[in-house]
Amino acid sequence: MLLIKCPWCGSRAETEFSCGGEADISRPVEPASLSDEAWADYLFMRKNTRGWHRELWNHSQGCRQWFVVERNTVTYQVAGSSKLVSPATPTLQDNESRAD
Amino acid sequence: MSRRYSAFSLFANALNYNRKWPRVWRNPEPKASYDAIIVGGGGHGLATAYYLAKEHGYRNIAVLEKGWIGGGNTGRNTTIVRSNYLWTEASLLYEKSMKLWEGLSADLNYNVMFSQRGVYNLGHSLQDMRDIERRVAANQLNGIDAQVVSRQQLTKAIPGLNTAATARYPILGASLQPRAGVARHDAVAWGYARAADALGVDIIQQCEVTGFDMQAGQIRGVRTSRGDIAANKVAVVVAGHASVLAGYAGFRLPLESHPLQAFVSEPLKPVLDTVVMSNAVHGYISQSDKGELVVGAGIDSYIGYGQRGSFQTIEHALQAIIELFPAFSRVRMLRMWGGIVDVSPDACPIIGPTPVKGLYFNCGWGTGGFKATPGSGWVLAHTMAHDQAHELNAPFKLERFASGALIDEHGAAAVAH
Repeated sequence: MLLIKCPWCGSRAETEFSCGGEADISRPVEPASLSDEAWADYLFMRKNTRGWHRELWNHSQGCRQWFVVERNTVTYQVAGSSKLVSPATPTLQDNESRAD
Repeated sequence: MSRRYSAFSLFANALNYNRKWPRVWRNPEPKASYDAIIVGGGGHGLATAYYLAKEHGYRNIAVLEKGWIGGGNTGRNTTIVRSNYLWTEASLLYEKSMKLWEGLSADLNYNVMFSQRGVYNLGHSLQDMRDIERRVAANQLNGIDAQVVSRQQLTKAIPGLNTAATARYPILGASLQPRAGVARHDAVAWGYARAADALGVDIIQQCEVTGFDMQAGQIRGVRTSRGDIAANKVAVVVAGHASVLAGYAGFRLPLESHPLQAFVSEPLKPVLDTVVMSNAVHGYISQSDKGELVVGAGIDSYIGYGQRGSFQTIEHALQAIIELFPAFSRVRMLRMWGGIVDVSPDACPIIGPTPVKGLYFNCGWGTGGFKATPGSGWVLAHTMAHDQAHELNAPFKLERFASGALIDEHGAAAVAH
């Protein structure tokens, strides 16, 4: 289980948080003038980084703030957390997934 | 090279104390060029090579695998095979696979231990039962065997299942696909490898692709840890690492890679002769031929390439199993493992051409790729040979994310992805 530091509440267990995926994705300023490809790029395309990754987390069982965590996606090491500087749009993923 | 397996060959080799069995596949050095290269020696990649050789007459093919064949997700799943998907596009693709599974051991001359023991998808609420009835009706319209079973039938068919009305999440009924079941996952990789090798496919292990050679938007070959290899057709079938290889080719994919875990218990006497899945309490379970209970967990919510996941995910899955089968509460777990699954936004795969001519991707199978192994290889081989998608995989093109023609199998596919 990851130990994640909420910038407001301090270090807490991963189960208190929800992962919101890749950080630094800004919502297009003028969606109406966007091409389908550019819209798909914003909605669906991801870097899916192998290595150090900036991602959004939400302290959903705590203060409910969104913030950025820098985490290694191979070693799962967490480097640190920071408050959101400019508003990014969180996209909370369905994290109740199954395999078969 | 590899001789045909038969009752006679078993007998003859027994007389030699089994010391004279030939190698099952060769271990060749990579050639300078091939007509087609498959990157990734898992089940899907090996199946692609096999059908490209068998159905389309290609002989000069290489499968490049950075580790060992079947060492990735092919050997890290819960071996369930079914085709009861909701939407027509998905159900036809998985049903193609099911038809290939049904003749696979004979086709490959290798026993993949495909056991059609049925798969039950439980319903715990009125809404679950409505969804089940809808999916069963959709399956029947697509010619797929499916039926709704009642709680009474479940009690009779699966004695260990807690169907009491007093359960925390009472079981109201289920869908059943009688032709669904399980297969031996390692045997699938080995069987395809052996059959492809017999048709001249070079299976090159310990060979990692580190880049692509592209000229004017056309693929010319791959760069590997064992030197450059030329080819005008390259297919990338690498599951969790698809985004990494797409990055080498200069484009992004709508995928996120997550750790997915499964585990097996200590071996027990036969106790469960079918497969039970529950979407509502999030667990699924079967019993292997060795007697182990095979339990699948969910994915971790974060991106992970580590082939391991969180303990709370394991706990969550086992809570579900104990809810369904209280008698298993004292069974001890023996082994657990994780794989890296590439999850797409609509829980459906991406199979087809890419922005680079001659470069094909087959990815995004997420948590449910094992069941699709034969069909996935079959349609990708067709796509590579004709440079055009087969009608079965045409809906699964990358462009659907821009056009909006998504095939939303989230939750609708009998189990949440």
